Amino acid sequence: MAISRAEVEKVSLLARLLLSPEELDRITVQMGQVLDYMQLLGEVDTSRVEPMAHAVPVCDVLREDAVRPSLTPQQAMANAPSSDGECYLVPAVLGF
Amino acid sequence: MIGLTATELLARLQSGQCTSVELTEAFLQQIDRYDGHVRAFLRVDRQAALQQARAIDRKRQAGQPLGKLAGLPVAVKDVLATQDDLTTCASRMLANFRAPYDAAVVAQLKAADAVLLGRTNMDEFAMGGSTENSAFHPTRNPWDLQRIPGGSSGGSAACVAASMVPLAVGSDTGGSIRQPAGLCGITGLKPTYGRVSRFGLVAFASSLDQVGPLAQTAEDAALLLEVLAGHDPRDATSLNRPVPPYHALVRQPLQGLRLGLVREHFAEGLDAQVEAAVREAIRVYESLGATVKWVSLPHSKYAVATYYIIAPCEASSNLARYDGAHYGYRTDQAAMLAELSAEQKELKKAGSPALDDLDSPLVRLYRRTRAAGFGPEVKRRIMLGTYALSAGYYDAYYLKALKVRRLIREDFDRAFEQVDLIAGPVAPAPAFKLGEKIDDPLSMYLFDLYTVSTNLAGIGGISIPCGFSSGGLPIGLQLQAPPLEEERLLRGACMFQQATDWHTRRPGLLAAVP
Amino acid sequence: MNQPYDIVIGLEVHVQLLTASKLFCACSTRFGQPPNTQTCPVCIGMPGVLPVMNAKAVQLAVKAAVALNCQIARFTKWDRKNYYYPDLPKGYQISQYDLPLSHDGWLEISDPKGRVAPRRIGIIRAHLEEDAGKSMHDEAAGRADSRIDLNRAGTPLLEIVSQPDLRSPLETRLYLNELKLLLGYLGVSDCNMQEGSLRVDANINLHVHTAQGKVPTPIVEVKNMNSFRAVERAMEYEAQRQYEHWQQTGQRLGDVSKQTRGWDESAGITRPQRSKEESSDYRYFPEPDLVPLTFSPEQVEQVRNSLGELPAALRARLEATYGLPPYDSDVLVNQGRALADYYIALAETCGDGKLASNWVQQDVLRTLNEQQATIDKFPVPARELGEVIRRVRLGEFDTARGRTILAEMLASGQPAAAVIQGLGITPVDDSALDELCRELLAANPKIVAEVKEGKLKGAGALIGQAKKKNPNVNPNRVRDRCLELIQGM
Ligand SMILES: [Zn+2]
Repeated sequence: MAISRAEVEKVSLLARLLLSPEELDRITVQMGQVLDYMQLLGEVDTSRVEPMAHAVPVCDVLREDAVRPSLTPQQAMANAPSSDGECYLVPAVLGF
Repeated sequence: MIGLTATELLARLQSGQCTSVELTEAFLQQIDRYDGHVRAFLRVDRQAALQQARAIDRKRQAGQPLGKLAGLPVAVKDVLATQDDLTTCASRMLANFRAPYDAAVVAQLKAADAVLLGRTNMDEFAMGGSTENSAFHPTRNPWDLQRIPGGSSGGSAACVAASMVPLAVGSDTGGSIRQPAGLCGITGLKPTYGRVSRFGLVAFASSLDQVGPLAQTAEDAALLLEVLAGHDPRDATSLNRPVPPYHALVRQPLQGLRLGLVREHFAEGLDAQVEAAVREAIRVYESLGATVKWVSLPHSKYAVATYYIIAPCEASSNLARYDGAHYGYRTDQAAMLAELSAEQKELKKAGSPALDDLDSPLVRLYRRTRAAGFGPEVKRRIMLGTYALSAGYYDAYYLKALKVRRLIREDFDRAFEQVDLIAGPVAPAPAFKLGEKIDDPLSMYLFDLYTVSTNLAGIGGISIPCGFSSGGLPIGLQLQAPPLEEERLLRGACMFQQATDWHTRRPGLLAAVP
Repeated sequence: MNQPYDIVIGLEVHVQLLTASKLFCACSTRFGQPPNTQTCPVCIGMPGVLPVMNAKAVQLAVKAAVALNCQIARFTKWDRKNYYYPDLPKGYQISQYDLPLSHDGWLEISDPKGRVAPRRIGIIRAHLEEDAGKSMHDEAAGRADSRIDLNRAGTPLLEIVSQPDLRSPLETRLYLNELKLLLGYLGVSDCNMQEGSLRVDANINLHVHTAQGKVPTPIVEVKNMNSFRAVERAMEYEAQRQYEHWQQTGQRLGDVSKQTRGWDESAGITRPQRSKEESSDYRYFPEPDLVPLTFSPEQVEQVRNSLGELPAALRARLEATYGLPPYDSDVLVNQGRALADYYIALAETCGDGKLASNWVQQDVLRTLNEQQATIDKFPVPARELGEVIRRVRLGEFDTARGRTILAEMLASGQPAAAVIQGLGITPVDDSALDELCRELLAANPKIVAEVKEGKLKGAGALIGQAKKKNPNVNPNRVRDRCLELIQGM
């Protein structure tokens, strides 16, 4: 069950990756190989099996509703690629 | 002092035979001599380490209470956040990121008075099994500098193997502690999921990630695990269970040990020399009074496929935050806008309908940032995970994998009704050469076939040296135990090390380094 | 109704829960603070940090769900909803997908004015999720960058999804009113639309009556409505627009994909919105960093028993206990629990439920409106005002004087007794009244004669004279006593 180059390109947008034509070619082949290998799972009968999303069966871990000091804006934005000291800056958010 | 175990060094520090400053200087010297060849470290914090060592020596002189690792140098994989210091995950994306918090285990190391010597190299975001996927440089296997040290905690394994540090911390999502430990001839333990807090561990696959120790011996691993383990209210998946005194207990052999061998582990694909070494290790256990039983893990052949669906799915989501908006690398915005308007012009001129689909500046910023910030393996896994979670494929891939995951766990539960520990190979072959598998992701993934099921099942596993290939490369033995039986793993490993000397061998190649 | 279509509306309402800290971190949820002053590594989505559930948020969500007659899941879990947006720093929102905290409930709506019959509106589900931050873009600045404030990121929200059971813009508003009232009574949310603690998205379409039966039109999602009134207006506009659109195109449900439109308050119209790129593929999967939640039937029962009296029950009680008409009980209860409690204290003190209701509606609420205050800020205690009303009821003084007393109490902050004394108001007892009336009759034989002949108009003049002699007399009592005395003459 190979994956098409067009599908890979679609996924790259969904994943917010920009792949060069060469990368697209290579990754299409590699993903195809890996996905082919995954077909192995098809032979397992899982019709009566509950999915296992967590490694340990722990439930109901809660914390108390208590406020603790936040970071200052300076601390919060110390790693920001672009900010005006008050807010993070990103290219215009359009379409809303 | 070089060549002694952490336990022995700790005794010397405690008895005053040496100071932490002397020890730290000795290891820094080792790093100076060898790390130019091995390149296990991303950063060595020389000044800070010596300062810490001095402070601990002073505390000791003043008779103040000291932590469990007082004065011992420890190296930490660069996937664990350290307050106001860099945490890069060996990625361009986080090359300049400084966390305003300590990872839980880093805080515990500090509280235990360890000397944090430096940060070790790894596969980018812990994705890979060779440490070739570091954005900065590959690490080499101290036993053969042409070969990989394993991964993703390759730096942590190599620096212990090359005696550049007595103890190191790594993380293990699908074998990333055990496999490099095995390939580098040292001891590495992956604890039960939830045994060690994940707070501050930069996530690769959250339901599989665990932090654990790498050391020369099981005894040393016990020492370090005792500091790393414990409940943390900041990690909802951390287990609220007491931490046994692993170090005090580790030298007690397991009486009446029932050792399980997995039929499926000794099938095709296993290197003959590895198989021989593992079988010989089993004979050692028998000679120590263990009874050996064959068990079956019928779904083990599906582990790699299951793992390489679940881990990339979680990774695709965990790594979505690296988009250049709030922290980390961002592409040159002006260049991005220029590129976009050039494309727009081109498409307009050609009257192409693709004009409607052209990225918005924000989307293009994300895409360029992530294209340049991530390396090829990370991108591959993000692509794989995004695809497997997307509409129309979720049931066939992700949901299916979660179900097989339960079957894999149930296989272990059944096996552990009959045996106390499962023993087998860590990796199907000794370390391969740099570049050998770099363009063949599937064969790279299949190299993980003996380790991934431990993470899928959430149980603990340890890798210990059990021999060498004819080419002089280390071979590892993996032991697996039921949940929260780290004590059993460590004692089982230690009884083997009390009867053998594989763990005492150090790479000869380093002697050749001037 | 003679419109040639049925309107079908379902609402997705997000309410912010009244917790002190955020859903998964310890940052404050306070509104209106300077940008990025309420964030931490968890809500900024920094590498390696982990979410931990806020117990109070869970408790409030369950409370609301039980009050909405929902089934509480025995086992519920968290899921990640993946999409890229700069106000969503992790690249995913922690929400609940296939196993929500609660499902299949209802909320009863009724109209005190009787325009629609009381009805149960189905609730599909109510689940917890975290809020996103805020992106601000100054259109005037052209291509300048957007600014991101993450103070709100991670604030706990309850999403309440109704069945498409609402059949008119009016019903939609009644539903929202009742929902807001209920959540306010429970202390679950303050539902303040101005501060964004209640947000409404509406799905609306028509079932057009044709000769071939009813034909459903494509569903439209309407956003950007900033008040309940705006929701009502938007639904009115949208129904009309969709009908005209149907007449022009004949498009049915399924012919086109769901459209999103934004309400433009000043223009009074909805406009199409550009849909979010890739919005359809959120790649939900179980959140591995959070463990599931479980609820036993006992826990749910405990919550049910702790709910207290809900608005519908309170209305019924006010009507039964104090003989209030539905309109009055609705007005009183809709103002919130505190006002209803004030009313009850007033009614108990003065001894007349309807009279107390009139006073609350005409005097208390007017004052509160003028001062833009809530009942907890009303300076006159219910006992004090109740005493004034009681004395009005007993005829010690008339309503006008009662109002004067209340005004003085509000102005001076003094208790009723002091104000009454200060105004020189002393009750006129029966013998004093009797004496005064006899004096008046003696001094006005002409009026007495007229009254005896049945010309009662003259009695008015007697009242005027009585008030001059003693401003404290109750005019009604003067009139009644005088007539009594004249009859006996
Ligand atoms: Zn926070």
